[in-house]
Amino acid sequence: MEMMSELDVTEQTAKDLGLTADEYARIVGVLGRTPTYTELGVYSVMWSEHCSYKNSILQLKTLPRTGSRMLVAAGEENAGVIDIGQGYGVAFKIESHNHPSAVEPFQGAATGVGGILRDIFTMGARPVAALNSLRFGDPDTPRTVYLIKGVVSGIGHYGNCFGVPTVAGEVYFDRCYTDNPLVNAMAVGVVRADGIASATAKGVGNPIFIMGSATGRDGIHGASLLASREFDDQTESMRPTVQVGDPFAEKLLLEATLELIDAGVVVGIQDMGAAGISCSTSEMSAKGGVGMRIDLDKVPLREADMSAYEIMLSESQERMLVVVERGKEEHAARIAAKWDVPFVAIGEVTNDGMIYVTRHGKAVAHIPAQSLVLGGDAPVYVREQRKPEYLDLTNVAVDPGPILHQQEATAALRALLASPTIASKRWIYEQYDSQVGTNSVLRSGGDAAVIRIKEVPGKAVAVTTDCNSRYVYLNPYRGGMIAVAEAARNCVCVGALPVAITNCLNFGNPYDPEVYWQFAEAIRGMGDACRTLDTPVTGGNVSFHNESQHHAVYPTPTIGMLGLIDDVSTVVGNAFTQADQNIVLLGWQREELGGSEYMKVIRHRVLGDAPSLSIDDEVRLQRCVLDAIRSGVVRAAHDCAEGGLLVCLAEMCFGRGIGADVVVDTPHRAGYLFGEAQSRIVVEVSDERIGDLRAAAQEAGVPMEVLGRTGGTTLHVHDLIEVDVEDLRSTYERALPNIMTSEVES
Amino acid sequence: MKAAVVTFPGSNCDADARHACALAGIDVAAAWHKDGALPADTDLVILPGGFSYGDYLRTGAIARFSPIMADVVRFANNGGLVLGICNGFQILCESGLLPGALVRNSGLSFVCKDVYLRTESTSTPFTSTLEKGALLRIPIAHGEGRFVADANTIDELEAQGRVAFRYCNADGSVNVDANPNGSANNIAGIVNAGGNVLGMMPHPERYAEALLGCADGMNVFASLVQHYAAAAPTTLVSSQ
Repeated sequence: MEMMSELDVTEQTAKDLGLTADEYARIVGVLGRTPTYTELGVYSVMWSEHCSYKNSILQLKTLPRTGSRMLVAAGEENAGVIDIGQGYGVAFKIESHNHPSAVEPFQGAATGVGGILRDIFTMGARPVAALNSLRFGDPDTPRTVYLIKGVVSGIGHYGNCFGVPTVAGEVYFDRCYTDNPLVNAMAVGVVRADGIASATAKGVGNPIFIMGSATGRDGIHGASLLASREFDDQTESMRPTVQVGDPFAEKLLLEATLELIDAGVVVGIQDMGAAGISCSTSEMSAKGGVGMRIDLDKVPLREADMSAYEIMLSESQERMLVVVERGKEEHAARIAAKWDVPFVAIGEVTNDGMIYVTRHGKAVAHIPAQSLVLGGDAPVYVREQRKPEYLDLTNVAVDPGPILHQQEATAALRALLASPTIASKRWIYEQYDSQVGTNSVLRSGGDAAVIRIKEVPGKAVAVTTDCNSRYVYLNPYRGGMIAVAEAARNCVCVGALPVAITNCLNFGNPYDPEVYWQFAEAIRGMGDACRTLDTPVTGGNVSFHNESQHHAVYPTPTIGMLGLIDDVSTVVGNAFTQADQNIVLLGWQREELGGSEYMKVIRHRVLGDAPSLSIDDEVRLQRCVLDAIRSGVVRAAHDCAEGGLLVCLAEMCFGRGIGADVVVDTPHRAGYLFGEAQSRIVVEVSDERIGDLRAAAQEAGVPMEVLGRTGGTTLHVHDLIEVDVEDLRSTYERALPNIMTSEVES
Repeated sequence: MKAAVVTFPGSNCDADARHACALAGIDVAAAWHKDGALPADTDLVILPGGFSYGDYLRTGAIARFSPIMADVVRFANNGGLVLGICNGFQILCESGLLPGALVRNSGLSFVCKDVYLRTESTSTPFTSTLEKGALLRIPIAHGEGRFVADANTIDELEAQGRVAFRYCNADGSVNVDANPNGSANNIAGIVNAGGNVLGMMPHPERYAEALLGCADGMNVFASLVQHYAAAAPTTLVSSQ
């Protein structure tokens, strides 16, 4: 077969596209000849970390990935699906869009949302919730304020117009993210268990359609070059590799896709995200054990003179590859036309396992599909690991601090409430439509969001994202474990049983042995926590090369957790509900300051070990609290997390402006008041039910301490603090707006 | 009572409007923007929220040219009940069924939050179960919800009691602090001269059940049901 190459290909060409000399030799070996330029481009994107997981898959395989509730397991399809009963499932997944967001925050974040939504609806699931997990530098520089504004408006722009409620998220600020912010987007959808679509091509002779927007020159090499390098002075020149999103086109694509799947005309379907046509054709073919013949002349283009290379690598948004059952083309086309979505046949399924691509009537690529994908010939690397040297410096004992008196304690509480990581994120989440769909029972500001499932009366799901990366930095194994435990705890605090996670693993350069050690250790911790909590991993995404000027970001394995609620009427929030109720701490109170927000904000140090965690204790605590919520014993619950016990109490006061009157019957050390010991939940319980709670805690072996009572208008800690709740709330609410608006004026 | 909820390309609150109608006991028929006519026996048309045509050009500016809008205008001009919520309000203004326009929020950002509304007019079919001055807590979610009109139009709306809802504080007071988007006179919703067409930026369908935090929005749907029950069948407008 005569192949046409637009450029002569050498090993250097391969290196310019991000491939190594060994990988180039491997490609030549697979093909038995020199690849064409288009083929080389396809390999460069398909063998990038983003598509092949070549540096991460050996670690990922150690995670627990099976469970009785799994309808679709990790790696099988675009997202995992959990059985919620009565013939319905919930699909959910989290993905990063860090590098595009660093270069072009609005479009980078917007297309991150668009991409994860497509992963959900390509499976036949209607998106019912979106979440996001963001990391920025300390917000004292114009660049950080610019990034926050761009990312937040990009997320809002896409989700609001598309019509999915953005219901929860988390935002942390730390200097390590100044040049390389993290933007992780999660989506959740509901699907009929018998209506789950598959990204598999089958049936020789079945036509292949491209559905959605025309293909342009945006996003070329987004996955292989932009996402596979660190940030430096050249990064600005990568702006054209960022895709441009159109949420209106995606909304129409959503409706057309769901209607097509529902009509039973679809054999297989996959969205086009990273690596566009290259990825969707090769993955669908490899999974079905078939090949595809693709005529690029038929692909609707934004610019007529695009080359085969550009068309194959374009990451233009809002596109799907659909294999339609032969004979049902017209039915399919009618549905697409109803929604005004372009729908064009570009090829057909073949039996030889080859991706055969033509442009202007000439062959430009002829590649075995299996050779491109994970599980096929894509390379798999064992990377060197080495315990980082910095741990010798950070891992020192941290004094739980002197006994604090009124002035220092009040000042510390105020400083923590004003710290952007802890402060109210209202300025951000009020820019997101959090209610469209009319399923949002609990939204941003709570421990987890709760989404009612209309299709299954009474049923709801809880969703949350979590990762304290400072803990992971100080102790990757335990930090990974805490990220899972805390996400589960957040679900429990609203009354949901944690059932599964998705993860987004944001790390530095995997070729740095110290980074890779962090990666392996964090995964080991996550795996141990997931096994004990019985929350398998349903999928996710790996983002390496989050570095700038040779400084990696903190290792940030973001956890997206799904919890199940059988009776939505039992859901509780984290605000005190009424006066004259008992305030009770359940769990293991300790004096620890390592890795705490207090250490960062008050002492300006990132030091010590991550908080201690016994995952078995954690499970006992969670079961105890979940039972208490489900049986109506507990009326409000809040996880004791960043900022420790006093911040937790203040936040519980803020919801309805109900004060608290508590006695802390120990020396008032910083480590006790502001430490971030794990496995603690503060609950509100009535006098009538406190006996039930005590009995349950005793039986579960969970320590229980009555701290005091709700009521009044102040947060009053006897012999230590008494401040008006409104006063504290004002500090908490004003912190972020002050930062964001001061920039406008300057 | 039978409502037709119109779906435009980019509508995303159409299912929510249908859900709220069902909760209120209103029968619902879906209506498609490409249809030439409303479903038979339509008693109420709802233009739902969303981003019809992606808000391209101007909010509501393209939707008003959808084939079905000619029949919606005819239906309204014959006295038929039309409720436009958020993007639906924008479309009503663009199509000339309501005066004024909705422009970029004064804060320049999209805002999604609960607001309080003070019921200003109780003589409309949409507010008939409410007391004058009744407070409703209902969410807004828009980037372009700032109601503007020339001074004469505003005066006319006020003089004729056509301001249905006004943004207010939790205590019912109306001032600039309670105005989430810079709307003239804190106007959140208005009716046409006949009182049969209501446009409002807040989303009553989002707070139609206590499970979601508040059921104040149900008042609008309950008013419509009561109005329909009170009206003699012969006086009802048919879409035919």
